[in-house]
Amino acid sequence: MQGRVDMSSTQLAYFSNNAIYACLIIFTIAFFAHAFEVSWSVRNVESNDKTEFDFEKTKRAGRIGVAMMILGFGALLVAVVTRGLSAHRVPWGNMYEFSITGALMLTAAYLFAFAKYKVRWLGLPVSISVLLTLGTAITVLYRPSAPLVPALKSPWLAIHVLAAIISGGVFLVANLVAATFLLMERYEKRGGRPAWAAKIPSLDDLDQLSYRLVAFVFPLWTFAIIAGAIWAESAWGKYWGWDPKETWAFITWVSYAAYLHARVTVGWRGRRAAWLCIFAGSTFLFNYIYVNIWGTGLHTYSGL
Amino acid sequence: MSEKEINKTSAPDIGAIGLLRWAWRQLTSMRTALILLMLLGVAAIPGSLFPQRNQNPQKVDSYFNTDPTLAKWMDRFHLFNVYASPWFSAIYLLLFISLIGCVLPRTFHHVKEIGRKPPLTPKFLNRMEGYENVSVDPSSALENAKKWLKKNHYRIRVEADSISAEKGYARETGNLLFHLSLILILIGVALGSLFGMKGEAILNVGDRFINTPTSYDNITYGKFQGQGSLVPFSLTVKDFVATYDPITGEPSDYVLRTTIADPIGSNPKPVTIKVNKPWTHGSTKVYLQANGYSPVVTVRDKSGNVTFSGPVIFLPQDSDLSSLGAIKIPDMNPQIGFIASFIPTAGSSEARGIFSTYPEVLDPRLVLSAWQGNLGLDSGNPQSVYSLDTSKMKKIGLKALTLGSTYDFGVGSITFYGWKSWVNLQIVDDPGKMYALFGAIFAILGLLISLFTRQRRIWVKVGEGVEIAGLAKNGIPGLNEEILALKSALENAGES
Repeated sequence: MQGRVDMSSTQLAYFSNNAIYACLIIFTIAFFAHAFEVSWSVRNVESNDKTEFDFEKTKRAGRIGVAMMILGFGALLVAVVTRGLSAHRVPWGNMYEFSITGALMLTAAYLFAFAKYKVRWLGLPVSISVLLTLGTAITVLYRPSAPLVPALKSPWLAIHVLAAIISGGVFLVANLVAATFLLMERYEKRGGRPAWAAKIPSLDDLDQLSYRLVAFVFPLWTFAIIAGAIWAESAWGKYWGWDPKETWAFITWVSYAAYLHARVTVGWRGRRAAWLCIFAGSTFLFNYIYVNIWGTGLHTYSGL
Repeated sequence: MSEKEINKTSAPDIGAIGLLRWAWRQLTSMRTALILLMLLGVAAIPGSLFPQRNQNPQKVDSYFNTDPTLAKWMDRFHLFNVYASPWFSAIYLLLFISLIGCVLPRTFHHVKEIGRKPPLTPKFLNRMEGYENVSVDPSSALENAKKWLKKNHYRIRVEADSISAEKGYARETGNLLFHLSLILILIGVALGSLFGMKGEAILNVGDRFINTPTSYDNITYGKFQGQGSLVPFSLTVKDFVATYDPITGEPSDYVLRTTIADPIGSNPKPVTIKVNKPWTHGSTKVYLQANGYSPVVTVRDKSGNVTFSGPVIFLPQDSDLSSLGAIKIPDMNPQIGFIASFIPTAGSSEARGIFSTYPEVLDPRLVLSAWQGNLGLDSGNPQSVYSLDTSKMKKIGLKALTLGSTYDFGVGSITFYGWKSWVNLQIVDDPGKMYALFGAIFAILGLLISLFTRQRRIWVKVGEGVEIAGLAKNGIPGLNEEILALKSALENAGES
């Protein structure tokens, strides 16, 4: 298998790249559909100065948005799977592959939240995030499909990285929800939400949703760290070495632990809880971006 | 602080014991634990921004070289050794004391609570959550409610006119299990650092390693680990093969073939060690950590006598394994030294000169600069074997050698005969890691149990009619659905 380049491998890699380009188009449509839904529903009534809105008018746009998110999820899934097939391994060998899988998980977390809590509005921030991630991945982070470096050749790769990427996707959605909470809270304090935000759930629901997402995925993040430690023990000879990536994973863990304690035991709600949630999520993003690109340490592989 | 000062600064009449008790309560309070937890996160940051001595000593040295005063001050605050520093240790020790002080009493309380019946039904149910009035016959309602609650795994307390039921004790059990497991992990980490051992050895292919302290390039012991406790084995490096991807030049596989005699003197058995496959003996493991090239050279003096011959370990500098090293010949007069770079597959350009284009040895070069003078080996200062101290030497020549060729530097000659691979073995003994592993497994279990168990109380009261209400711990959703389910169960039972 080493270094073998057959036609099907290269074709699969090309196919995966094309699927990513298709995703860029699909998620752009999703973005515009969601944007249209929230902004075009505004109707100016001339008799009084108040702005009114009519969601019946834009219902179809919202539906197209969700349909595009589902289609985008499918296309992204195909892109990730064919990328893995082209290299005869799990598709988590470098930052390009982490990013496209991360975008897939973000979309999955959104679809899950949509199915369960009917949060269609979340499609707007999620589609922007996915577009940014995929755009950066294909332009800046792109690496040709290649075999894994020896340190990554372990069954723990699939387990550890998948757990980390899923957790990351859900953390980011929780962050978007918490940020929306802060924005809505500010509007309400200043006398009311603007028309486009009328469909976004109540402050209470937003607050609960971000908490539930974090509580749901915190054990998985714990598991990702432990799986990493077990792998580190067999690859580097120590299960914990305060490598920059480990350190920041630990900081993220501690931040979310503090968030959960603050909510459950101390009773934090609302703005303070949302800021803590965003802070914790930022440590995850910092770990992903800073440590991968500028950091040194054992977690830096294959250029990126 | 003396006692006098305490009395001056704190509230009167509580005395030293009172103050201690107050301090203990503060330390074990949830707020303090939270602050310590966040502090631990913040304290971990500098260690990821500045190089750490045990991870990257060369980079620490470069801090000392570029700005000695700043580096000295950073060192004073242990910024190059954050995770073993007193202030970092202080935070996590305080956190764990706080944790123990919080978790142990709760554990005792919980164990007592498990055997106990749920608390009495409150007087006015209509003030509680999910209050419902059920229009069924009060006489059979309690019996039916009892059946339903039992079926749904509630523990119940039956009074004359009411039932008090509670479920979800596992939430607290899981919560306590999680926090106790964290303590177990800390114990595992402590055992590892007190009784463990870690060392590294660089071996050329063909070398034999005997597991005694003198065979190591560096070795560190835990505080309570004796030097004689090394596992007695010997290892011979038979062969090392690195495979690279021909397109990207990235490594795809490293295979180290050895024979290991365990214990020493027994019949050696073939053992293959790979990056993710260490060799294990009890709690000791042997890891393949790094690899590189050792060019093989022979140095002769003017009259043709061999003054040095053999492989010299060079350190890889980039992903194409351009390697740097020093060849020192103390037995010539004046002494001779070479700063050399080994290029596995040579390419060249105007800007970069000769450089390596591929990590495998396909077209090797040995680029030498020859120096003459005093190597400084007798100065008493420890010297790196990979670099040459040229302060008392002068440069006498420069040459790039192909395989098999010889460079005559005037007072002697050097021949580039070949190359060998070297491997860096890491040998680690960590007797605490099983505790840490079990701690981690229990921690996950506890976390799952506590986050996904819903703790709630339900009360049923009969008087004029039948009333139901409940209470969900931490406002966890689902209570209303449960109460409605009970309501319809009572109604159905009443109908039949």
